[in-house]
Order: sequence, then C-alpha cells, then structure tokens
Amino acid sequence: MTLTHAPDPGTASPAGPDVQDVLEAEAIHIIREVVAEFERPAMLFSGGKDSVVMLHLAAKAFWPGRIHFPVVHVDTGHNFPEVLEFRDRTVERLGLRLVVGSVQEYIDRGELRERADGTRNTLQTTPLLDTIRTNRFDAVFGGGRRDEDKARAKERIISLRDAFGQWDPRNQRPELWNLYNGRHTPGQHVRAFPISNWTELDVWRYIAREGIELPSIYYAHEREVFRRDGMWRAVGEHSRPAEGEEVTTRTVRYRTVGDMSCTGAVLSEAATVEDVVLEVAASTLTERGATRADDRISEAAMEDRKKDGYF
Amino acid sequence: MSTALLDRHAPAGTLFRLATAGSVDDGKSTLVGRLLHDSKAVLADQLEAVARTSAERGFGGAEGGLDLALLTDGLRAEREQGITIDVAYRYFATDRRTFVLADCPGHVQYTRNTVTGASTADAVVLLVDARKGVVEQTRRHLSVVALLRVPHVIVAVNKIDLVDYAEEVFTAIAEDVRRVARELGLSDAVSVPVSALQGDNVVTRSERTDWYTGPTLMELLESLPGADAEDDAAASFRFPVQLVVRPQGALAPGLDPEVFRDYRGYAGQVVAGTVRPGDAVAVLTPGQPVRTTTVVGVDAAGESLEEASSPQSVVLRLADEVDVARGDTIAAADTAPRPTAEVAAALCWLSAAPLRVGQQVLVKHGTAVVRALVQEVAGRLDLDTLRLDPAETLGLNDIGQVRLHLAAPLPVEPYAVHRRTGAFLVIDPQDGATLAAGMVRGGDEA
Repeated sequence: MTLTHAPDPGTASPAGPDVQDVLEAEAIHIIREVVAEFERPAMLFSGGKDSVVMLHLAAKAFWPGRIHFPVVHVDTGHNFPEVLEFRDRTVERLGLRLVVGSVQEYIDRGELRERADGTRNTLQTTPLLDTIRTNRFDAVFGGGRRDEDKARAKERIISLRDAFGQWDPRNQRPELWNLYNGRHTPGQHVRAFPISNWTELDVWRYIAREGIELPSIYYAHEREVFRRDGMWRAVGEHSRPAEGEEVTTRTVRYRTVGDMSCTGAVLSEAATVEDVVLEVAASTLTERGATRADDRISEAAMEDRKKDGYF
Repeated sequence: MSTALLDRHAPAGTLFRLATAGSVDDGKSTLVGRLLHDSKAVLADQLEAVARTSAERGFGGAEGGLDLALLTDGLRAEREQGITIDVAYRYFATDRRTFVLADCPGHVQYTRNTVTGASTADAVVLLVDARKGVVEQTRRHLSVVALLRVPHVIVAVNKIDLVDYAEEVFTAIAEDVRRVARELGLSDAVSVPVSALQGDNVVTRSERTDWYTGPTLMELLESLPGADAEDDAAASFRFPVQLVVRPQGALAPGLDPEVFRDYRGYAGQVVAGTVRPGDAVAVLTPGQPVRTTTVVGVDAAGESLEEASSPQSVVLRLADEVDVARGDTIAAADTAPRPTAEVAAALCWLSAAPLRVGQQVLVKHGTAVVRALVQEVAGRLDLDTLRLDPAETLGLNDIGQVRLHLAAPLPVEPYAVHRRTGAFLVIDPQDGATLAAGMVRGGDEA
C-alpha cells in the first residue's frame, strides 16, 4: 500500500477537507447523536487502541463537559496486565464509571465452560449481554471498524440488536445520508460504531496527530515468546508453552490487544508512534490475520460471533 | 515510503466516497476486488484466503485463479449463493486520495441498498456488460443516481475483453449512456471501457484498447472533485443542533470551574456553509417564531476556531440567552429557510409494507423528529420512461411523489439545492423501522 502525502505538483490531491478531520467530525457527530437520542448509553472500553481513540473522540465531543456515561469492559480473566493497568488509569484520569463483566466469574460459577483450545474471546458474549441487560443499557458504543473483517464491512453504524443481542445481517435498516435511526422497542438495544469508516492506518495516524497515550505493549519491547499457529505468543500466567514449544526472547509489539490466549505478537522494532505508522503502512498482513487466532476458526468466524451478540 | 507519513501534521489527502451499482453478473464484485487488488489494498492473508476458497470452488479466471469477488462478498449466504446481498464498505488509498467504497448489490429487490450507498456518495460507478449494453436495470440505477443527485457518474463498460476490445461496441454503449443521462438531467456521465477480470483500464491503462484515449477508472476517481469540496463550503450556513453543552458541575477533569461557570454551547455538525464568530444567525425551532442572534464563539474541544465549515463538528456559543434545544437549526440569518409544515417530496419506499394515504409516520430531518401525515400519493415514477404514473400507494423499491403534512413546521429546503438539508427519513412510529428515504421537492427540478 502506498499512502504518501507529499504529492508531486503535477498530481496534487483534489481540494477538500483532510481525511483525518472528516473522520473525526463524522465520529463526533455519531457519538453525539447516540448520546442525545438514547437514555442509557455506555461505551465498550478494553484499553485497546480502537477503544482508546473512541474514548478520546467522546471526550472531544462533550468538551468542556465530561463523559457522563459509563464504560464497560468484558474482562476475560486473561488480559494483559499492562492493559488492565492502563484501563484503570484512564478511567481515573477522565473520572469515568467502569462496569466490568467478568468471564472468570462465569467460569467459576460453572455458567461458562473453558474451550478446548483455551481461547476465551468467544466466551465474552454472555457476560456482555448480561451486563447490557442488568444495567439496562440501550446503546453500546463499540470501536469496531469495517476494514477489520468481511462481516464487519456489512454492519451499519447504528446496528439494531434483538432482545437476545443477536445481529441479523439480512435484515438491517438502510442507513441513509448521515441520518441515523436509533428507534427501538423495549428489550432491543443498538450497537453504535463511530469509527466504522476508519482503517488501522487512520487510527494510528490519528493517535500520532493527537498524541494519544496507549498501553505500552503496542510498542516494541522484549518479551519471552513461543511459536504457536504461526504466531508469537507471550509467555504468561494464562499462556503457557506446550511440550515442544520453545521459549525465546524477541523484540515484539502487539497490533491488536485481546485475550492473551488468542492474541499474537508481531516481531517489530517500532518503538514510537511514528515507527508504528510507517510499519502499518508497509504491512503486508491485516491486523486480525496477523495476530488473532479467534478469526482463524473459519471464513465466517466473525459473522457467526456477531450474530450471537458479540461486539 | 514517503517521509510525509512521519510528519503528524501532514495532510492525509482528501476523502472520496464512491458507490458501485450494476445488474446481476455484470462483474461488480470482481471490479471492486480489482480496484482493491491493483491499488495494493489487499493484504497477503486476505489474498491467501481468496486463493484457498477460489481453488476449493474450482474458479479458473485470471490472476492464477483468484476469484476477486470473494474479497467483497462478506456474508456466508453471499459466498454460498455467489451474489451480493447487502452494502459492503471497503477502504483503499492511493497517493492522492483515501476512498470509502460502498459496494451495492445488483438484484432488483436490493434497490434499497443502492439508494443507501448512493445517498452519501461523491460518485457512483455503474457497471454495464459490454455484451448487453444499457439494460432496464441500468436505466433504473441511473434514475436513482439522478434522483439522489450524486455529483458524478462513471459508467464502467465491463467485459470489454469478451467483445474483443471492439471500439464500436464501446462507442455505441457510451452514446446510449449519454442519451439516457441527458433525459435524466445528469450532466456528468463518463464511460470507460474496462475488463475487471483482466484488469484493463481499471488502474492500469490497457494496450488492448489503444483506441481509447480517456482516463482509466482510477484516474477518474483520483481527479473528480469531492462533493464536500464542491458545494458544501460555498452553501449558506446550516447547523442542526444535536445537544446543548452546559457542563455546570460535570466539567471535564482539569478544567477551571470559574472559567466555565456560565458556559453554554450548542453542539452539532456544520452540514452546509461556513460560520465565524460575529456572524448573524437565525435560530429555527419547530413551531416557534424565528429568533436572530450572533455567534460569539466556535469551539472544538478547547480550541477557539476562527471559522468552521462543513463537515466539521463543533460547539457554537451565541450572544443572547435564547432557548435552543436539540431539533433546532441554526442558520445564516440572511438566507435562513422559512419553516413549513406542508412538504412535497420524492420518496424511495424501503419497506415491505406499502405506503398508505392517511398513514401516520415520523419524519427525521437533521436532528428534528416530528409526526407527519401522508396526505397524498401524487404518483409513482416509472423508472424506464421516467413518467409519473398515477398511483394510490408505494410498494417496496418504488419511487414516488407524495405530500406530507407535518405536526410542526421544519426548515426543509429543496434537495436539489442541498443534499443534506433536503433529505429526511420516514420512520414507522410503532416498530421504529426506516420506511423511506425522502427528498424535498422544489428548486430547479422539474
């Protein structure tokens, strides 16, 4: 991919507002629409880069007011400690209320069973839906982007979910102009995706432009890793090498931050945000393809999870 | 790799939104796959997945048997049936522009998705099969594009390889396109001979069409002016109020309560024109007399701006303590539209249940939602002849003209004058479904 921004005089970009400004304005418009039209909104916040950017946009949308809705995290129990620390620090800094849905508690109570492959990402759906129901949230912001996955490419910005949290891809409301229809009946809720139209590179360029802080694991660091399913997996409390999987120390970073049990690191020397922008622009693999075991289950892995109520 | 990427203040180019449309089997998904592939927006793992599935299905096309359509057909049902059901959004970038592409299905029953994709598009790329030429569905799509006032139309005359790259075939189709476009009042419809499968004239100029001297599809997409740049900033200022920002007691952490004690601002997105501190504005509240005041501040998250233009999201502060709420519109005082409760409009009906005269609906225009009564169906548009046929009702995918009576007057403007201030949604008050896309009539249209 080439994305150079110092065009030759002969090939100057046609006049118009800058991409980053347009995407920011669109996201802020969406966030404000949802907050204005819904009674009990909440925002998913995992500490991952997309949700960090979304929260930053929300802070801008309501300045000088504070963000007055809660943030929700579904904690798989296998999260990176650096990310949890960052999550808590951010919540403190912005004076937010944090609601946590705990996968571990469901497993401890016997309501969810550990999968044979050890990944807990797919187990997040039940705690998420229960959290939405018990808090009576009627709109939940998510940091999903359409360039992440083929099923996400089809989802509306304001996406209606039924009483079971299910997404029906064949029966979506048409979304016209920038007029969003958030009407829903009792029991239904919507998922709202303000950064639907952003790409991974847009997110990183925006992080650079705005000077947004991220969890340290997004930048190059030394880590004990082992190879599994063609990915570098961290050695940690919840992520142990099996027989024959050799542990080595490598300089790595994470392109996505999910559950430790399914998120792989990439070998990288990108220690600063500028390095990462260059690396992402030159990458030959998608972020989910490079780092997420949960999306390798089948061609339609994301579609199937979304239909069941996943993010 | 450009060093400009390293400069966090370097502009990232402009954004261009395009939508694709075509009949079934025109090769639309293949064309989109080709655009993505040849602009290097497809990454290795996506290509691998496509190659794997292509091989499993015994696909034998070009590019070592890659079925590029698989790049865009995202739903299980789509891949199984080999058709596109719903709008899919794709992203790619060149040195000059960032593109958001809405890939719309071709089946007649999915016309509503074409309407969806076209509603925000700067350009529509319409596919025509070189072996078939302009067909009924082409006319229908061109009608929708004309009705939705998409600024640019590009007709990709596809499968030019299957007519042996014959110049006269292309010339005849391009002439047909120009004729239909003229009938529809489309000033700007350009034809390009392409083969999505072979890659001719999509991104790379083809030597097999040496008689064609015009631009490639990508060259067109890179050079057409965007809608935002063209008319939004030059239009009169319009600002639907989304919400009131009055943070007393709920100030963002770190701000001085003394400074913001009396802060009161109106948050929204500039949908047309430009606003500056000192501008005289009218506040239009449904059902209330128009009030005028002056803008004293344009705020963007702590920054005081000297001006804001479409499509910026900002907060406006006004000189007078006027009562302003969500659903109101702030507009340039000298050109403020007069609110009206009687609206003549074109509707694209999107619901399986037909429209009835006497039906109660909700109309969402800007940030205002009001009740409305369907007073009259003036007729249904015959998309082949473009005549208005008498009709009592509108069914799924019909486009017709209606008269609505609103419970409170809204500052609607002709869609022909501005897409953002002339558009509205028709919503079912009971289940909340979106029933229709509405476009206010008037202005320069017939």
